[in-house]
Amino acid sequence: MNATYMRFELLRTFRNGRFFIFSFAFPLILFFVIAGPNKGETDFEGTGISAPLYYMIGLAAFGAMMATISSGARIAGERSVGWNRQLRITPLHAGSYLGAKVLTAYVMATLSILLMYAAGTILGVRLAAADWLAMTGLILVGLIPFAALGVLIGHLLTVDSIGPVMGGVASLLALLGGTWFPVTSGFMYDLARCLPSYWLVQASHVSIGGGGWGAQGWAVIAAWSVVLSLLAARAYRRDTKRV
Amino acid sequence: MVNDTATRTGVELRGLVKTFRSADGPVRAVRGIDVTIAAGQTVALLGPNGAGKSTTIDMLLGLAEPDAGSVSVFGMAPTAAIDAGAVGAMLQTGALVRDLTVRELVTMMASLYPAPMAVEEVLELAGIEQIAAQRTNKLSGGQTQRVRAAVALVSDPGLLVLDEPTVAMDVEGRHAFWTTMRAFAARGKTIVFATHYLDEADAYADRAVLMARGRVVADGPTTEIKAMVGARTIRATLPDVPLSALGRLPGVVNADRHGDAVILACSDSDAAVRALLDEHAEARDLEISGAGLEQAFLQLTGGEDDDEHDPRGDSAAAAEETLR
Ligand SMILES: Nc1ncnc2c1ncn2[C@@H]1O[C@H](COP(=O)(O)OP(=O)(O)O)[C@@H](O)[C@H]1O
Ligand SMILES: [Mg+2]
Repeated sequence: MNATYMRFELLRTFRNGRFFIFSFAFPLILFFVIAGPNKGETDFEGTGISAPLYYMIGLAAFGAMMATISSGARIAGERSVGWNRQLRITPLHAGSYLGAKVLTAYVMATLSILLMYAAGTILGVRLAAADWLAMTGLILVGLIPFAALGVLIGHLLTVDSIGPVMGGVASLLALLGGTWFPVTSGFMYDLARCLPSYWLVQASHVSIGGGGWGAQGWAVIAAWSVVLSLLAARAYRRDTKRV
Repeated sequence: MVNDTATRTGVELRGLVKTFRSADGPVRAVRGIDVTIAAGQTVALLGPNGAGKSTTIDMLLGLAEPDAGSVSVFGMAPTAAIDAGAVGAMLQTGALVRDLTVRELVTMMASLYPAPMAVEEVLELAGIEQIAAQRTNKLSGGQTQRVRAAVALVSDPGLLVLDEPTVAMDVEGRHAFWTTMRAFAARGKTIVFATHYLDEADAYADRAVLMARGRVVADGPTTEIKAMVGARTIRATLPDVPLSALGRLPGVVNADRHGDAVILACSDSDAAVRALLDEHAEARDLEISGAGLEQAFLQLTGGEDDDEHDPRGDSAAAAEETLR
């Protein structure tokens, strides 16, 4: 990986103010708005955990997902000015290009997670070090399909259509994945267990005694990772036209 | 990148064909192009909008796969030449990514190449030292083009490809731009540029490849091409002068009369207009017009392809006169 290229790619992302609002401020504000008033509630809706903890882990997963997918918006923006065609006539290889996009997405996701943890701590969340680590590790693995999804839609959609599509897909995935309320039975449950977002939320729940992923979780995440990565690579390869 | 012991062929396009699908049937953008460009030459791809210049350039750069034919750049496939850092290009459409300064952007692009120019050298060559600290999203159209030129130059490429690079520039900007490119060509570089300005091809290229409707309709030194398509007409109100006297003026090949107006077809309109005013100071309402590339091309091709589905855009061309 080309360190100079990576450095400027990150710098560029950090300087984009709009991006910060959506990826960082939005989940944070939601968190304080929703969890703040119930700060003192120690047994949230009978789950046995405090409201701030419940929402912190849900929104950490949601925020990280948004931060990762939103690499697609940056890609679409670059494509709209023909920048990916300009990069294709340099020796920068597909692997390095995509690697830089994914790494940037992960840096943003990690920041968003850490900010959410900090916010949780402010509202009194306390966890054992091992729980923080286990949760963070699993979330980062669970983000792989979303990183691929970002690249995929970034190379498929235009800068105008990507906003609504991204928002819609992310909200739906978050909803079905149980970010806002637990999905525990029926058809919705069976469907949810096939979605990467469900397992992403489950990853955050390890800190509150959730069961982790088990064989099905790992299989679902692996399958989505492979399929979306292949589709993303294909979309990237085909995306050489003038737009 | 490409040393002098390498083959002296810069670019070789063989039998290139590219057809696009569109809602109203196939668009045959490029219909069989053969061009060989020696290393070190500056060649203009000259043609009206829709002639297939950009499509040809896309194939030359490996951005589009030809339906038939082959491309070689310094004896390599386009992708290999690009990997070697031997190609720089300014595409027709495109802007810069935002949120970096000009210097940062050029530094980033330089980092992608095996043997780039020093960043300061590129900034100077492209004439953008003064705006090096500005953000790329705060530049004027002309400044953006110059930064794009720097991006194309930064690898110190053996082949530089420019697709209508000066369209957004004012006269001064054009002049500065071509001064840069001349300096670059003087280093023994190969330059291919697309343009629909005859004068630009004439002033900056050794050779012009005339394209229309996806084909090469003429190919030769720019002076020859200019003589073929550069014919201009002078129109003036001049009632009482015999046509024979006008026909003898230098630069005039034919004289015609419509009422009080005379119409002089010229091979050299500059000389003709001087002589006309010298000898017939009473001439009024002078108008000089170029035939326009589109019209010239139609004459050259003789409308031979009219039975086929024409690339869109052909007829919309030549709104911009060759006369500037
Ligand atoms: N992606 C595409 N799909 C359909 N038609 C296209 C596409 N790209 C170019 N064309 C058509 O091919 C023809 C040649 O276009 P182009 O190569 O851009 O010409 P030039 O650069 O000489 O103006 C035009 O008629 C144009 O409309
Ligand atoms: Mg063009």
